Amino acid sequence: MSSPTEGTANTGSFVTEEALQRLKKRHGAEARFKLYGQLAIGIAIVALVALLVSIFGQASSAFSRYVLSYDLNIEASYVDPDGTRDPEAIARNVSGFNLMLQDQLADEFLSDDANRNLRRELYGMFTRLAVLPIARATADAPETIGSEQIFNVALADDIDLFLKGGVSARKSIEIGTVAAGDGSTEDGVTLTLASQDAAEKLGAALTELTRTDVDDAPAVALIKAGNTWYRMEASEGRNLSLTYLAGPRALPSEGAAIEALILAQSQENRTVTDRQIAWTKILQTQGRIKSVLNTSLFTNSDSTYPELAGTAAAIVGSLLTMLVTALLAIPVGIFAAVYLEEFAPKNRLTSLIEVNINNLAAVPSIVFGLLGAAVFINFMGLPRSVPLVGGLVLGLLVLPTVIIASRAALTAVPPSIRTAALGVGASKTQSVFHHVLPLAAPGIMTGAIIGMARALGETAPLLLIGMVAFVAEVPDGPMDESTVLPVLIYKWSTGAERAWEPQTAAAIIVLLVFLILMNLIAIILRRRFERRW
Amino acid sequence: MDGNMEHFTQTKSSARADAASAPIKVDCQNIDVYYGDKQAIEDISLQIEDRSVTAFIGPSGCGKSTFLRCMNRMNDTIESAKVTGKIFMDGANINDPSIDPVLLRSRVGMVFQKPNPFPKSIYDNIAYGPRIHGLASGKAEMDEVVENSLRKAGLWEEVKDRLPAPGTSLSGGQQQRLCIARAIAVSPEVILMDEPCSALDPIATAKIEELIDELRERYCIVIVTHSMQQAARVSQKTAFFHLGKLIEYGDTERIFTNPEHGRTQDYITGRFG
Ligand SMILES: Nc1ncnc2c1ncn2[C@@H]1O[C@H](COP(=O)(O)OP(=O)(O)OP(=O)(O)O)[C@@H](O)[C@H]1O
Ligand SMILES: [Mg+2]
Repeated sequence: MSSPTEGTANTGSFVTEEALQRLKKRHGAEARFKLYGQLAIGIAIVALVALLVSIFGQASSAFSRYVLSYDLNIEASYVDPDGTRDPEAIARNVSGFNLMLQDQLADEFLSDDANRNLRRELYGMFTRLAVLPIARATADAPETIGSEQIFNVALADDIDLFLKGGVSARKSIEIGTVAAGDGSTEDGVTLTLASQDAAEKLGAALTELTRTDVDDAPAVALIKAGNTWYRMEASEGRNLSLTYLAGPRALPSEGAAIEALILAQSQENRTVTDRQIAWTKILQTQGRIKSVLNTSLFTNSDSTYPELAGTAAAIVGSLLTMLVTALLAIPVGIFAAVYLEEFAPKNRLTSLIEVNINNLAAVPSIVFGLLGAAVFINFMGLPRSVPLVGGLVLGLLVLPTVIIASRAALTAVPPSIRTAALGVGASKTQSVFHHVLPLAAPGIMTGAIIGMARALGETAPLLLIGMVAFVAEVPDGPMDESTVLPVLIYKWSTGAERAWEPQTAAAIIVLLVFLILMNLIAIILRRRFERRW
Repeated sequence: MDGNMEHFTQTKSSARADAASAPIKVDCQNIDVYYGDKQAIEDISLQIEDRSVTAFIGPSGCGKSTFLRCMNRMNDTIESAKVTGKIFMDGANINDPSIDPVLLRSRVGMVFQKPNPFPKSIYDNIAYGPRIHGLASGKAEMDEVVENSLRKAGLWEEVKDRLPAPGTSLSGGQQQRLCIARAIAVSPEVILMDEPCSALDPIATAKIEELIDELRERYCIVIVTHSMQQAARVSQKTAFFHLGKLIEYGDTERIFTNPEHGRTQDYITGRFG
C-alpha cells in the first residue's frame, strides 16, 4: 500500500498507480478472453457453413431430375397379352411395358434396319425400371389401355448428369450457315461453311477445349445443321466431313443455320455417346425434356440404379429402429437413473455400477455391434438385418447416455423440493413422481433426445448386425429386413457411378432434416415442461 | 432402533417442564443422534406441551435442527443419520419401526428455514398434502380446505385472486406463509418450524410471529430460532441447547429472567454464540 501522498493525486487517493496498472491488465485479459471466445464461435460457424454449403451444393442436383415427357400408346398386346385386365398382372409385367417403350422409341428415332448397337444406345437413355411407375399407373387405371397417355419417363442417370452440366466440359457456338452439302447420310456428308470466319471460330473452339495435359485427346465437335445432328470427323478449310448421328435423314441444305457443340472428351472417354447427346439435344429443342422434383428420392427404396434409388425404405427402417431404441433406452434409462439417484443406498455396489455406467458411455459403438451380433443373433436367434435387433443394439448403446443425462437432471432439482414433499407427508415415491421427475423432465428429455440423435446417426454397429443388406422394399415391421439412413449413405457413397454423389448428398440432407426435426420436438417438449423454481 | 435403550423411566430433572400445567404432546426420552461416527445429539430428554409454543435456542451447530427433525423422522431421509431413543406422541413411540414415517409426517407438519413452495400454483401447493392423504373429496371440499388453510396462515386476502399463479411468484414472506398454510392443510397436531423467519424482513417476521401466536390455540408448535427476542415474544417454553446437549429447559419467562445455568445466561445475554 502506498501513502496518499504518493501516486496520482488528481485521480483521488484510492486510485493508485498500481491499482491502475492492475485495472489495465484486467481489462486486457477480459478483452483477450472475449476475442478468444468470438474466434472460437467464428471457427465453428465457418465449419458449419462450409459443411452445409458443400452438402447442399452437391445435393441440389439430386433434388431435381430430368425426365422425358413421352406420349405413350398403351398397347394391350404388350402390357396385357392375356387380356385379363388384372391389375396385379399388369403391374408385374414390367418387361412388357419396357418392350413397348423401346419399340415406340425405336419407331420414332431409328430406321427399321437399325442394328442392335444402335438400339442399345437408344434404350440406354432410359433405365429398365423407368417404366415401373407407368406400369403401376396403368394397373390402377386399366381403362387407359389402348389409349395414348403422357408419362414422365426418367432418363438414365448419365443423361441426367449430362443435362445438369456433367459428363464432359462443353461449349456451344453458332458458326454461320451452310454454303453447300454433299454426300449421303449412310457414307458420310461433306459440308461447306459459308465463311472462312466460321471455320476459324470452330477451329479456335476446338483448340480451346482440347486438353493439353494428355496426348492425343482432341476435343470433339457435334454439328447441327437444320434439325439434323452430325459428328465432325475432319475439317479442311471451310469443308467439314461429317457422320450422321440423329434427326431427319437429310443433307445439310444451303442457308441452314449451323450450331456446334464442342465436347472436351470423345465418346470413348465418357458415359454418354455422341448419338445419345444428339437425341437429347433434339428432345430438348422439342421441349419434351423437363426438370421435375425428384420425388422418387423419398418414395422409392434402394436400387442399383442411382436415378431410381430412394430413401423411403431407409427412412422407414430408421423410424422403426428408433422406435425400438426409444422403447428400450428411454424407460429403462429413466428408471435406472431415478433408482440410482433417489432410492439406491450409497454403497460400494452402487458406486461400482455408477463407474461402469460412465465407462459404458465411452465404449466404441462398434463393440456394441459385436455384442448385438453375438447375443441377439447368434445366441437368441433373432434374424439378421432387422430393425428390432438394430434398435436393441442402439438402445444399449445410448442407455448410458440417457442414464447419465437423467441423473444430472435429477441432481439439479433442489433438495428443498424433496424435503418439502416429504414434510407434508408424501412418500419417497410420491415425492419423486409428483415433484422431482416433473422438474427434471426437460433435462431428462434433452438427454433422451441427444441419445436418440446419436443412435440415428450410428452406422458401425448396424453394419455388424447385417443392416447393410440391399433392401428394395419398404419394411413392414420391426421384424422385416431393412436398412437405415446412415448405412444407406455409407453404401451410396461407395457407389462407383458419378450419379451416386449427389444422391448421397441428398440422403445426408434427409438425415439432417430428421435430426433437426428431432431437436425441434425436443425444444417444443422442453418449452412445454419447463418450470421455474 | 429402540432395542438398546431402557424403558422410559429416567428423565432428568433439569429437562422437566417446571410447571406441569398443560398436557404433554411429545415426550422425548434419551435421544441420541449420530451422523456417521459423529454424535450430534447426546442423550436428550424433553417433554413438549400441547397447544403452546416451544422455542429451541442455542449456538449454531448445537443440534437444534437435528433434534427437531427427530420429531417427524426427517432424519430418516439423511443417509448417515442414526437416531436412538424413544419419542412418544399420544402414547405411541414414533421411533418404533412399525410406525410409518409418512403417516407420522401428516400429523407432524414442518416449515423450513428457506421458504420452499412447490413450483406449482398456489392452490396446488396447499391442495397437494390433502390430496395425497385423501383429506378432501371433491373439488368443493378441496376449495374449502385451501381457503381455510390460507386464512389460518393469514395469506387468504393477499392471494385469493391469484390462486392459479405459481407459488414461487410470491414474495419471500408470503412464500413462507404459504409453506405454513401448506403444513396446516393436512391438519397436523404438531408443527415444527426451523428458523422460519431467518430469510424474512422485520415486517414479514412480525406477521409470522402473529400467526404463530394464533396457531398456538390449536396446535403444538416447536420453533427453532436464533433471535432471543423472537423466542421471548412467541414461546411459552424455551429449551437451550449447547454442543448436542440440552442445557436448560423451562418457562420462557424464567429462562430469560432467571436462568439456572451460567451458559444459558451467557448465551441469552450475548456473551457467546
Ligand atoms: N446431514 C448431516 N450430515 C452430517 N452431519 C450433519 C448433518 N446435518 C447436521 N450435521 C452436524 O450435526 C451438528 C448439528 O447440526 P444442526 O444442523 O442440527 O445444528 P443447528 O443447531 O441447527 O445449527 P444452526 O443454528 O446453524 O442451524 C453439526 O455439527 C452439523 O455439522
Ligand atoms: Mg439449523
